Amino acid sequence: MSETTTDALTEALPKVSPVARMARRALGHHGFMIGATVLGLIVLMAIFAPLIAPHDPYAQDVSRRLIPPVWDAKGSWEHVFGTDKLGRDYLSRLIYGARISLLIGALAALISGVIGTALGVAAGYFGGKVDAAISYLITTRLSMPVVLVALAVAALVGGSLKIVILVLGFLLWDRFAVVTRVATQQIRHAEYISAARCIGCSVWRIVLSEILPNILNALIVVATLEMAHAILLEATLSFLGLGVPPPEPSWGLMIAEGKSYMFFKPWVIVIPGIALLVLVLAINLLGDGVRDVTAPENRN
Amino acid sequence: MLQFALRRIAIALCVAFTVAVFSFFLLHLSGDLAVSIAGPESSAEQVEMIRVEYGLDKPITTQFVEWLWKAMHFDFGRSFYFQDQVTTLIGGRLGVTMTLGGLALGFALLIAIPLGVIAAIKRDTWVDRVALTISVFGQAMPSFWFGLTLVLIFAVNLRWLPASGTGTWKHFIMPVIALGTYAMPAIMRLTRNGMLDVLASDYIRTARAKGLHPATVMFKHALRNAVIPVVGLAAVQLGFMLGGSIVIETVFSLHGLGHLAWEAISRNDYPVVQAVVLLLSVVYIFVTLVADLLNAALDPRMRAN
Repeated sequence: MSETTTDALTEALPKVSPVARMARRALGHHGFMIGATVLGLIVLMAIFAPLIAPHDPYAQDVSRRLIPPVWDAKGSWEHVFGTDKLGRDYLSRLIYGARISLLIGALAALISGVIGTALGVAAGYFGGKVDAAISYLITTRLSMPVVLVALAVAALVGGSLKIVILVLGFLLWDRFAVVTRVATQQIRHAEYISAARCIGCSVWRIVLSEILPNILNALIVVATLEMAHAILLEATLSFLGLGVPPPEPSWGLMIAEGKSYMFFKPWVIVIPGIALLVLVLAINLLGDGVRDVTAPENRN
Repeated sequence: MLQFALRRIAIALCVAFTVAVFSFFLLHLSGDLAVSIAGPESSAEQVEMIRVEYGLDKPITTQFVEWLWKAMHFDFGRSFYFQDQVTTLIGGRLGVTMTLGGLALGFALLIAIPLGVIAAIKRDTWVDRVALTISVFGQAMPSFWFGLTLVLIFAVNLRWLPASGTGTWKHFIMPVIALGTYAMPAIMRLTRNGMLDVLASDYIRTARAKGLHPATVMFKHALRNAVIPVVGLAAVQLGFMLGGSIVIETVFSLHGLGHLAWEAISRNDYPVVQAVVLLLSVVYIFVTLVADLLNAALDPRMRAN
């Protein structure tokens, strides 16, 4: 009798899949929604840059130098964010600049993610000597100052988009390694891993289809953090003149170019700085949101 | 404890050696130094002359052993650009960077720890949210841009502080704030989470239940334990800040190690670059070593692994 009541109750409850539950939690998470929306808009802006940008971001016009933005008394809707010292439209450069930041952020996070995850999972899964060797590698990497090493290499090889991506990709893997190592250690002795080993799965199979899916949420969180980190570092390198070379509209480079007359035209550094702030903020909010939404302790 | 300390010191020495190997070969393998030093317009003979003069014609392992041997005696050779001993150059600049790094860390701790504690005590109230917002913004702001913005506000508009230079203590205020803000969010979050964990623990409930004054519970029982992980993080952050000083010192024309490194890098002055990379790494290794030993002394559980 009681069994049928429970069955009836279970029937009455709407069936919600874990994914749907996660989606519902994501929709209710303010940080996640704001981050996702803003980042989505910036990505769209970067993809459709040629359609949105009002002017050619590289076209110079000496007769239209340093026009102030539209909210200034001397500004006009022709150049919404004004122009730079070479008369290039600031809004168009800002829109195209999003491409550089996103490209570098995504690719650097991808490269460092592959390196760091491979090292971290190997250290966590095998333990022992492998773990000791990889931990040593992580310690060594952490003791080298990132900005300094990146600058030195960029100066030697010559700054370019490709070099910046490679240098950052090969420098920023430490957090991936640290986090995936601990996450793998935590599930290494889980029953489903032992079961997979018992039925004779290869190490590759266990890593790819048992471990990786289970540490994916931690991996996504670190990926967003490192993407934000890489974007800030690219801006820093370009600001110091050793990142993306002119005339590319990198936001860091725009701040560097505006630095010498920021005392009279503060907007030349304020606008690209705010763009960087908003982009990095959106990525970080998204990352924090992913962590909250997928955290196992919330899974009920 | 002694065994732990000895093993930890041995590892630190190995790491320092690995970093030395890396910083040497990094610069030697990423391009032909003789060509870079000679410049793009020099002839093959000039390049050859420079190669012999700087000892770049010897086998790379010989060069490395010679360099490392001298480096261990604090001799990094002569700077290509400044016409001075690298050690003298660094010695003259080290004080500024250490002052900047130390003050910035002090500033970060002074703001972050109280903020983290208050955020944990007043969890899920507006205080917590304000603290969280500050940390989120602090994390997302490019430090060089924050520095420039400070200059715009306090040097250009309000005229309270000098925009750049090294002369007086006033020159350090904005760089310290800019660099300290970079380290603040991580310390604040760790303090807050540590406090939350500790406040939920049994011994705090016991302390409260036996009627201790709330302030005693908070500061004597909770904070002490919550702050232990902050020691390790502070050491790591100090290392990051020494690396970050290259950006901040360039923004404020503060003549420290970072500024020297930037000048050296943009002029292909390799002896200086190598020395600064090695020095900053060794300082980081040393500081984290001290923090680890301190942690082990504070918390016996840390000695286990």
